[in-house]
Formats: sequence, C-alpha cells, structure tokens
Amino acid sequence: MISTRVNDFSIHIATVNGSGSQSANNVLMRAIFRMGVPVSGKNLFPSNIQGLPTWFSIRANEKAWTARHVRYDLLVCMNETTYVEDVKKLEPGSFVIHHPHMQVSAIRKDVTSIPVPFSELVAQACVEVRLRKLAVNMIYVGVLAEILGVDNEAVMAALKQQFSTKQKVIQLNLDCIEAGRDWAKKESWPEKIPLRVERRQLTDSKILIEGNAAAALGAMFGGCQLVSWYPITPSSSLVDAFVEYADRYRVDPKTGKKNFVVIQAEDELSAIGMTLGASWMGARAMTATSGPGISLMAEFTGYAYYAELPTVIFDIQRVGPSTGLPTRTSQSDIEFVASLSHGDTKIPMLFPGSVKECFEFGGKAFDFAEQLQSPLFVMSDLDLGMNFWMSDPFEYPSEKWNRGKILSDQDEEKLKDFGRYKDVDGDGISYRTLPGMKDRRGVFFTRGSGHNEMAAYTESSEAYVRNMNRLLQKWETAKEILPRPILERNADSPWGVIAFGSTHDAVRESLAELESQGLSLSYLRICSYPFHQDVEDFLERHQSVFVIEQNRDAQMRNLLAKELRRYAHKLESILHFDGLPIPASFVSDRILDNLDPKGVKKNVAS
Amino acid sequence: MSLPDEKKNPMLTPNRVGLTKKDYAGAASTLCTGCGHDSVTMHLISAFYELGVEPHRVAKFSGIGCSSKTPAYFLSGSHGFNAVHGRMPSVATGSNAVRPDMLNIAVSGDGDTASIGLGQFAHLIRRNVKMLYIIENNGVYGLTKGQFSATADKTSVLKKGDRNLFEPIDLCLLALSLGCDFVGRSFSGDLKQVLPLMKSGLSHNGLAVLDIISPCITFNNHEGSTKSYKFVKEHDEYLHEIGFVHGAEEIQVDYGEGETRIVDLHDGSKITLKKLERDYDPTNRTEAMRFLEEAREQKLFLTGLFYINPKSPSFYQMLDLVDEPLVALSQEQIQPSAQCLDQIMTALM
Repeated sequence: MISTRVNDFSIHIATVNGSGSQSANNVLMRAIFRMGVPVSGKNLFPSNIQGLPTWFSIRANEKAWTARHVRYDLLVCMNETTYVEDVKKLEPGSFVIHHPHMQVSAIRKDVTSIPVPFSELVAQACVEVRLRKLAVNMIYVGVLAEILGVDNEAVMAALKQQFSTKQKVIQLNLDCIEAGRDWAKKESWPEKIPLRVERRQLTDSKILIEGNAAAALGAMFGGCQLVSWYPITPSSSLVDAFVEYADRYRVDPKTGKKNFVVIQAEDELSAIGMTLGASWMGARAMTATSGPGISLMAEFTGYAYYAELPTVIFDIQRVGPSTGLPTRTSQSDIEFVASLSHGDTKIPMLFPGSVKECFEFGGKAFDFAEQLQSPLFVMSDLDLGMNFWMSDPFEYPSEKWNRGKILSDQDEEKLKDFGRYKDVDGDGISYRTLPGMKDRRGVFFTRGSGHNEMAAYTESSEAYVRNMNRLLQKWETAKEILPRPILERNADSPWGVIAFGSTHDAVRESLAELESQGLSLSYLRICSYPFHQDVEDFLERHQSVFVIEQNRDAQMRNLLAKELRRYAHKLESILHFDGLPIPASFVSDRILDNLDPKGVKKNVAS
Repeated sequence: MSLPDEKKNPMLTPNRVGLTKKDYAGAASTLCTGCGHDSVTMHLISAFYELGVEPHRVAKFSGIGCSSKTPAYFLSGSHGFNAVHGRMPSVATGSNAVRPDMLNIAVSGDGDTASIGLGQFAHLIRRNVKMLYIIENNGVYGLTKGQFSATADKTSVLKKGDRNLFEPIDLCLLALSLGCDFVGRSFSGDLKQVLPLMKSGLSHNGLAVLDIISPCITFNNHEGSTKSYKFVKEHDEYLHEIGFVHGAEEIQVDYGEGETRIVDLHDGSKITLKKLERDYDPTNRTEAMRFLEEAREQKLFLTGLFYINPKSPSFYQMLDLVDEPLVALSQEQIQPSAQCLDQIMTALM
C-alpha cells in the first residue's frame, strides 16, 4: 500500500472554454483553502469565448509552495478533444477522473482510471435540462471533495463565496456536489486514492486574490483619479476590478457621484494620451495594457519621458505578438519597456513579485511617477495578474501621498526665477506648475520638441545636451526613490540567484528544495529598474549569478549586463518561455545542470 | 488722462476683465510671412480678448505640424500642450475629465486631423469634449515641404506638378455625420466671419469644429491649387453673415425680422445669422449635410455655421462626477478608509 500524501498534491482539470467550469474550479480551490490548506489556482485558457480547450491546475501544499507543479496527481477529463493527449502526458501512478466512454485504460495501463457516470449523475441531481451542461462540472467537485476528504463546511463556505447570496444557485450546485460525493463514496474511491486534505489553520486570515485585482485595489487606495484603457487580455481584468471596487468605495455616499473617471479609449494611443492630459492637469492617472498595447504606447511614453509628465502604466505581460498565445504568461517586455520609444529614453519599471506587492506597488506607483515626473511601468504578467495567489491581507497605505515638486501661485519665492526644466535642487528633478496658474512666471508650454531650461522652444545643441544630462541625473535619483531589491536568501555561497516578478514563487521553492539537498544559494529579488546599488553589491559578492526569467532572450540579464557592465561575465541565464508559469522543478534542474549538489561548478558549455 | 483715440486701440484698452489685447499675445511666430495660420492666430487673440477670458483659465492643445505650432503664438499666459502627431484629442479629453473648468482651445491641421489623427478626431466628436477645435486647413504638409494632405481636392496640383488622385475628406461633412453639435467653416482671411464663429465656438457647450481654410503661402498658393487665396476668394459662397453677442453684453443686433436667426448658447451668449440668399436652418443636421454634399458636387466653397445644437450635452456632464474638479480633491477626500480595506480583505478570506 502506498503511503497517503497529506496536503501536498496537484489536480489538473481539462474542460471546454465557456462550459462553466471556472466556477466549479474556483469552488474546489476555495474549499481546500477553507480547509486551512495553502492553495493556488492556475488557469490555462485559450483566446476564445466558447469551445476551445482550457485547463485549470490546483496545487495544495502545506509549505505554501504554490508555483505551478508539472506533476499532476489527479487529472479530470471533461474535454473530448484533449483527453487522449492529457492522459498521455501523465506521470505513472496518476489518477484520472473521466467520462465512462473515454478509453483511459486503453491509453495508459500505468494510471488509475476512475470512470464517473457524469451524465446520469447530473440528470438525477439537476432537473432543469438546460442547466446540466454547467452543473455537470460540480459533479467532479463532489467526487474530488469526497476522495480528498474536503468537508461539507468548507465546500459550503466556498459555494457561498462564489455565488454570494444566490440561494437557488447554491442549492443546485450543492445538489450536484452531493451527487458526486455519494457516487464516490458508494464506489469506495476514497480508500483507493492516497491523497488527502486534512484540516489545518494555515490559511487563517489569509486571502486569495489575483494580482490584477490586487493592483486595482492599490491604485484605488493610491488615489488614481483617471483610468483610460483599451480592452486587451490579460490586462482587462485589472480595469474591471478597479471599476468594480471604485464604484463602491470611491463615490460620494450622499450623492452617489464618483471621484474617479474610467474612460474606455478607442485604442492604446488614446488611452495613454488621456492619462497624460489628466496628469498634466495635476491628476493621478493610469492605464493598463498588454502585448501590442505597449507598442502603441511607445510614442507617448517617449513624449512623457522627455516632457517629464507622470503616468502609471500597468503592463500585464503575455506572450507576443498578436494572436496565438496572448493568453499565456511571459516576462518578455522588459527590454522593450526599458527604452520604450524612439531616441534616448530610459523608463523606470517596478516588478511586483507577489499579489501583496501588486497592491503596494499599484498604489506607490503614483507617488513614484509624480516624484520622478516620468512615465512609470508596473511590470506584472498573466500568471501573477490573472491567477489566484494566497497572501497575507494587504496593509492600509496610511502615509501621506508624495505629489512631487509642484509649484502653485502661493510659491512666490520659487516662482521668482522659475524655469520648468531647471535643476534647482541638484537631483535632476525640476519643479513643475499646473494649468490654471495665475502667476505668469509659472506658465509654460509643454512640448516634446527641443526645449531649454525655461521650456522655450530651441534647437540648440547645448541646451539639448544639458537637458539630456539632467535626465540622467534624475535617473540616478530614481535609484533611491524606487523600491530596493530584496535579499530573499543570504547564503554563504559563491553562487547567487537573481529573479523578479511572478518567477519568485518558483525560485523560493526551488532554493528551499536545493538547500534541503545541501546546496545553498543566495537570492536577490529585483523590485525596480533602474537598479539600486544593492544589485551591484550582490553581483560583487558572488562568483556567478543565475538570472532566472520567463523569456527567451535573457532580457533582465541583458539589462543588468548593460547597466553593470563589469559584472556581465558573472551572469548566467535560466530561461523559461513556453508560455506556462515557470515551475520550481525547472529552476532546480537548470541549477543542478550547472552545479553539483556540493556547490561545485560543473564543466558545462552554456 | 487718456485720449479718446487711445481708448479705441485694443492694445491699450482694457476689456471686461481689465486686460488689454497685448495680454493675449504669445511668442513671435516662426511661420512663413503671409501664412494663413498667422491670421488665425490674430483672430484667436481678438476672440479671447473680446470675450474677456482670463488667459489662466484657458488650456491650449495642439498636435504636430505648422498649425500645431501656433498655440505658442497666442495667450502666453495659458498653459499649453503641444502633443504628438494626431493624438492631441486624447490629451484634451483626459485633461477635461479632471479639470472641466478650463476653457479649451485646440489647433490642428489637415494632416494632423484628417490623416494621422482621424481616429482620435472621430472619437473626440463622439465624446463631445467641450472645446473649440480649429483645423487650419491648407491641403498640404508644409513642414515636410509640400506633400498632399487628405483634404487636398482631387485634381489639385502640387507646386512641383504632381496631381492629386484621390477624393478629399470633407472634415465638416465628416464631423456632421459623426454627430458633432457645432460645425462651421471659414477662411483665414475673413475676419468678419471667422471671429464670431470662434467666439461662438468657445461658448459652445461641447466640441465645436471649425474648419478654417488657411492657404499655405509657400507650398499651396499657386495656380491649380484649390486651397490658394485666389481660388478660395473666387469660389467662396457665404451661407449667411454671422454675428456673436456675448452673454455679458447688451444685446443690440442690427437685424431685420425674417432675415435673421438667433441661436442661444448655453452660457447666455447669442449667435445671429443673417440670411444671404437662401433659407438656411443651422439646427437641422440633415439639411446641413445635404448643403455640403451639393456644394461639393458644384465645386462651391461653402462657409458659415453649418450646424449647431445649443443643447449639446458635454462629455464632462455625462461622466456624473463629484461637483469639484477631480484635480481639486485631496487625499482625505479620495482615499477610502482603512475600514473599507478591512471589508474588502475579509471578503477575500
């Protein structure tokens, strides 16, 4: 008898897009979460509304390792067109829940087939024929709940959260779950499958949230006043969440009127343009986009860099370009954004590595953009943005907003010799004024074309060079303003790891795993660009550093090599770019390709 | 004590807010001598002066091109935003959403509006952002040395001899079909007509599109050009004579019953339209489009106020925002409380 694995397994659910499986999957995931067991959900979905295959992976893990797992213990086959391939990919010893007509045993002898009479069960549990197509998904929720030992209390709580107060819907789904449970119990499946959920208190006062919703909350509490956007996956849900929350929390309780505006633009050119108009007037403005949207925003980003206008752009990175894999994750906009636009351009970026940081950076981004008077990109991705992650609750951002250097009619002294692009304080950041100002000494004309310190049009080479050098000075200042890198692990080792963004979860799991095998590596997580001095110090301290990222071209490595040239030879790349979230095992395997378990470098040609 | 003669000089005579015309000036123009755009700039200075608008209450917007340089040449007391090519409407839209109390003036050209910026122009109209949008239309790209623009007439000839093969975009007809509530056309050399159109456009409660034919003295003012001074003067047909009376002024208009139509604007101003030869109702969109279509067939260059809907609901009014402009709100007024965050967090547990 195989020993039972408790609170450590993965479930892979293959369904058809638009069949209502998303609700069922969320209920199952939340029910495990309600059992007090850390969990994550990864949605692998097509660029399609209905009909194409979609997969959802749930990973339960007591140590809260929730990065994507490549070994699935349980597979649920609800999709006729993919089940053969899905079954073929399984590891030996896996369990497969499927429709009875699917010939799972004929495909694989080394997996356990669990044929569930879905059609009969749903017909008994759901009287209304037209609802059966949706309700059938709750049958597998019931079967799995019974097999894994997820109790009714947890399932009920998850159902209530999913369907809020729709009592009729809750009852219908509960009936189907019960039908699945009864069948599994009758067939004695729980005894035959050695995977269990046991109650823990590990999720007490934890939340489950997608990064896009977290970022939207950050922006809402951070005082964003104008959102302008053009719908594009996977960034749309960020704006959807902003609208949902702001409609509730950013309205005058007496009049119901809003203190924010959301404008759906005609394209991304216009979306970013509107944010610049608003920020020029003195409002906090943002847009959110992905993929080709970034390309369209390049022109205005360069303008904003040069005219020195704040704006916040959330880039929910995905595989590019165009159609094909727009619904797959990636970290492949790094180099493009770093110098977005024509001409000499340097664009600051933030890299949230968790949903909590999506919230924190989502709010602080407005401070940073206004302090730096610059476009600022928050580089999230589809995995972080659209999947569910467990987190501690977010802390209330109670500090006073930093609106940067703005002069008004009251600033008599400073207006005396005001020049919009003068470096008064020696930090490269000039004072700006806002439209509506009466004092003519503060009035200026904003332009992307050549300007001198007084914002007057000029084609003078000297004035251009002075201005470009001041912008470099500002770039240096940015290093102290933006979030510092975090030393996640400080090992007494010549080997280091640098990662950022959604890769963090896989890296921390991998490094813990390697340490348990006796191989210790230091880990620095980059949170912003330009790079803080701490990044250089980390490279200085280590003989060799693996830069782990989710793109083909080693974009972060290239940026590090460019900015910190003398350390370029120390940088080794670990690259994952198949569009799926990076698993911890991939990180460990690549590190072990290079280092033996004693930490001695292998002789490998890379 | 000032002499009566001095009083008449607007450069020295304060308007109703105590400013002289000089206070509405800008930097010196860098356009070619004789450029129609400079006339438009002068007319705009007159319009703002006569309306008695304080420059700090004005926001200037433009895109790229000769026309788009001009906001630097008037109202140096107003902040201005010289955006990227064809994208100024989005900037003005965002600006208006957070600061609706500014009077917005946009200057664009035919390249900026009819080609690279056609999309943003269309959506600006759709949103009806309160702003006077002037197109300084010369049918040619001046800054890049004289290529055809999308408003150049078919068969019109470039200075170097090339003939335009394609139908022009009639921006007024387009604006009307997109639902614009204020559409007019004039000629840069026609102060008498252009000034009241500008003033009424600035008083309009939504987007006012004013297509001003403004000949390019350097690249499009020769025989064969349909945007030359000579051509326009020979083919111009007035719909009506236009007068504008500001709401603050006493209404004393010289008009005769049956010949004149008065349109009340939302801010109490009035436009008077004096009939020339035909009955024309500027509040009938379908008629306006028919007139323009006919004029196009007859190769007539129709000017005047084609259409106005004085009850136009502006973009900002449709947004349903709090009474104060968004930019005026403090952190205390905007940021939801810690209890709100607790409530949200609890729901996610």
